[in-house]
Amino acid sequence: MSDSPKKEIDDVTGVETTGHEWDGIRELDNPMPKWWLYTFYACIVWSFAYWVVMPAWPYLTTEGWTYTKGVIGYDQREIVARELGAVAEGRADEMKQIATLTLEDVAADAALMEVALAAGKAAFGDNCAPCHGSGAQGSWGFPNLNDDVWLWGGTLEDIRTTLAHGIRWEAVSDTRQNVMMAYGRDGILTRREVTDVAEFVLALSGRDHDADAATRGAETFGEQCVTCHGADGEGNRELGAPNLTDAVWLYGGDRASIIESVSNGRSGVMPAWGERLDASTINALTLYVHSLGGGE
Amino acid sequence: MAATGAPGQHIPGTMTTAAWGVVASLIAGTLLFIVVAAKAQDAPMAAHSWLFALAFAAGALAIGQRHFNALERGPAAVDAGASYNDGVVKAGVIATLFWGIAGFLVGVVIAFQLAFPALNLDTAFVNFGRLRPVHTSAVIFAFGGNALIATSFYVVQRTSRARLAGDIAPWFVFWGYQLFIVVAATGYLMGVTQSKEYAEPEWYADIWLTIVWVVYLLVFLATLARRREPHIYVANWFYLAFIVTIAMLHIGNNLAIPETLTSSKSYALFPGVQDALIQWWYGHNAVGFFLTAGFLGMMYYFIPKRAERPVYSYRLSIIHFWSLIFLYIWAGPHHLHFTALPDWAQTLGMTFSIMLWMPSWGGMINGLMTLSGAWDKLRTDPVIRMLVVSVAFYGMSTFEGPVMSIKAVNSLSHYTDWTVGHVHSGALGWVGFVSFGAVYCLVPWLWKRERLYSLALVSWHFWIATLGIVLYITSMWVSGILQGLMWRAYDAQGFLEYSFVETVEAMHPFYVIRALGGVLFLTGALIMVYNCWMTAKGRVRESEPLPVPVRAAAQPAE
Repeated sequence: MSDSPKKEIDDVTGVETTGHEWDGIRELDNPMPKWWLYTFYACIVWSFAYWVVMPAWPYLTTEGWTYTKGVIGYDQREIVARELGAVAEGRADEMKQIATLTLEDVAADAALMEVALAAGKAAFGDNCAPCHGSGAQGSWGFPNLNDDVWLWGGTLEDIRTTLAHGIRWEAVSDTRQNVMMAYGRDGILTRREVTDVAEFVLALSGRDHDADAATRGAETFGEQCVTCHGADGEGNRELGAPNLTDAVWLYGGDRASIIESVSNGRSGVMPAWGERLDASTINALTLYVHSLGGGE
Repeated sequence: MAATGAPGQHIPGTMTTAAWGVVASLIAGTLLFIVVAAKAQDAPMAAHSWLFALAFAAGALAIGQRHFNALERGPAAVDAGASYNDGVVKAGVIATLFWGIAGFLVGVVIAFQLAFPALNLDTAFVNFGRLRPVHTSAVIFAFGGNALIATSFYVVQRTSRARLAGDIAPWFVFWGYQLFIVVAATGYLMGVTQSKEYAEPEWYADIWLTIVWVVYLLVFLATLARRREPHIYVANWFYLAFIVTIAMLHIGNNLAIPETLTSSKSYALFPGVQDALIQWWYGHNAVGFFLTAGFLGMMYYFIPKRAERPVYSYRLSIIHFWSLIFLYIWAGPHHLHFTALPDWAQTLGMTFSIMLWMPSWGGMINGLMTLSGAWDKLRTDPVIRMLVVSVAFYGMSTFEGPVMSIKAVNSLSHYTDWTVGHVHSGALGWVGFVSFGAVYCLVPWLWKRERLYSLALVSWHFWIATLGIVLYITSMWVSGILQGLMWRAYDAQGFLEYSFVETVEAMHPFYVIRALGGVLFLTGALIMVYNCWMTAKGRVRESEPLPVPVRAAAQPAE
């Protein structure tokens, strides 16, 4: 291989090479494909046209930096503001009424309810579904909102209070507050007393239990638990105390789970959404949750 | 380089002034990092300081051992300077295979984590957020980077007819780069990140990579400078563009102020949207100059070499090289459509991406048309098939990219799995396959074997991996478009039709299909490692039909 190019004809294609060679690799002197070149030109021409139409090039003036605005006056922020504004305006009347009328009045108005349920569903999906599930079916530690079992009440007003002020949400003073104490961990009850109470709770909901232990547990229950859960164990919505006689368990109703609840306590938290969502959205959420099946 | 002492007396591998300088720097570095380790403000910094100190000490010891080994061997045994330096290329090929398997495996793991979140195992170390950068860095920088370093060192020597410049320097590049990879990956697992996509490593790792990269550039330039060919081959233009531009991008995007010099945390120099723009100027050109220009360099050597055909068009290679280099650097803002980035910058990002379409395709045309007169080899040589299909995937993803940069399309595709699918058609199809093709060429050449252990296994690798890619990208197209449509669906009152979590639920089947695609791709790569291992051992699979060398069946000119 010499330093001066030796052009040859490639015997397969009949095209001349450039005469260069590197480690046995040569190059053909083919022209650029026409379709390739013209498509490239077309893309460039199209881009120049686009720059004329749209905001494109920055430049410096005596006033500072600015840019070519383009002939159609496109402004992304203005378009977004306009579109969002149009949507908000389209339902502004309804949303205002949902925020100001009583919940019962909104519920009685079919047209308002249509907007309220749509707003509630959207807000539920974004804010509530992560804990309560996208179908409001709940999960371990997070109540099912479709059934008619309510810890803190299932009327419209009860639901709104829970939504707005939260449960054990320390940032707001009027949050719903009550604590299931850690009877075992804090040494209020002995280990034996805890298991006895658990047998009694199993008895309350009519399941297999140790009758002797349950009898002993009934005594402890009467001393420690009735204040919140009531003498018959049916709970107290004023205090958010669950009904222990039904078959609905937030933290599991088997023996081990009940012992765990009595020993270490349970203090589930729900944020106070009144801090983050406006009144119309809180009301819409209230109506939506109320409509899911268990509203009272 | 750097030979000292009486002429003719120097024994290659023994200490030179330059080698003493390297040893002194390594010892100084060891001491520095012991001090940093002692004063470190956080556990990751302490761990990484010890890692650096140990690595530097090991480096100094290795150079010392090399000296004594060379003395023992005497002057006659090695004739350095007359032969190519292939040792570092071999090491690079092994590292490519090792990190490839590691990166693909982590990819499969995180794909399953997305499909089945329980696989996050409720622990910080292996949750998706930490493993994702391990995957991206392992495949792009560890697998891809080692493939680029190894092939560039091989190609620049062959096409310049010159031994690689530097004696310790190429090995410093190799081991320094592995150290960077280990620091980066272990950092992610410990939660060290500066939260910049594809530039996650923190300031101290970035400084180390800068040093390594500058030495890489110097080795490459010095080798080109001592070439015994009148012209620089096109592959080397692309490799050089890759090395120079990555240096610029890496420094620009990693300008940051460390909290203290003994802390693993730093703060970016630029605020807000400026930082975002710098990040995507970097991010897109990491695609452009690392994953495109670098691998085009690979393509320009291995396709004509393997096909034994001349490059299709010299003129096209010049024009598409310069237009690619000039246009790519502008395209980054298309990652920030419909954000706080000003309208004008979005326009420029989009239009330069459109103009980039043909320059990208220039490489595809030159790659495919080089097969003119040798198309029959697609049937007989699965390595050529792999290389050619890589170019086809390159063409597909460099068409898809400009399409996705159009704002009307982007408003649907952005933030969805479509983007993930797009990246992987380029990464698995183009970068993966062209690297596999190069490895299949290099292993017999480097280990001086007549041919690969088994071409049938290459065929198996090809078909299994191709099926994996098809599963991956088609599932992500469907998933991405579904996701985009669900996000933008509104009801009659203007409220969002679907909550975010509902869109996540809808992705589940596609995430499972994607993970299966990944398993296939990984399986193919494992077959490759086995094949390369057997080839290096000198084994040849007996039942193999020999490749048909006859050129009589060559097609006439088209």
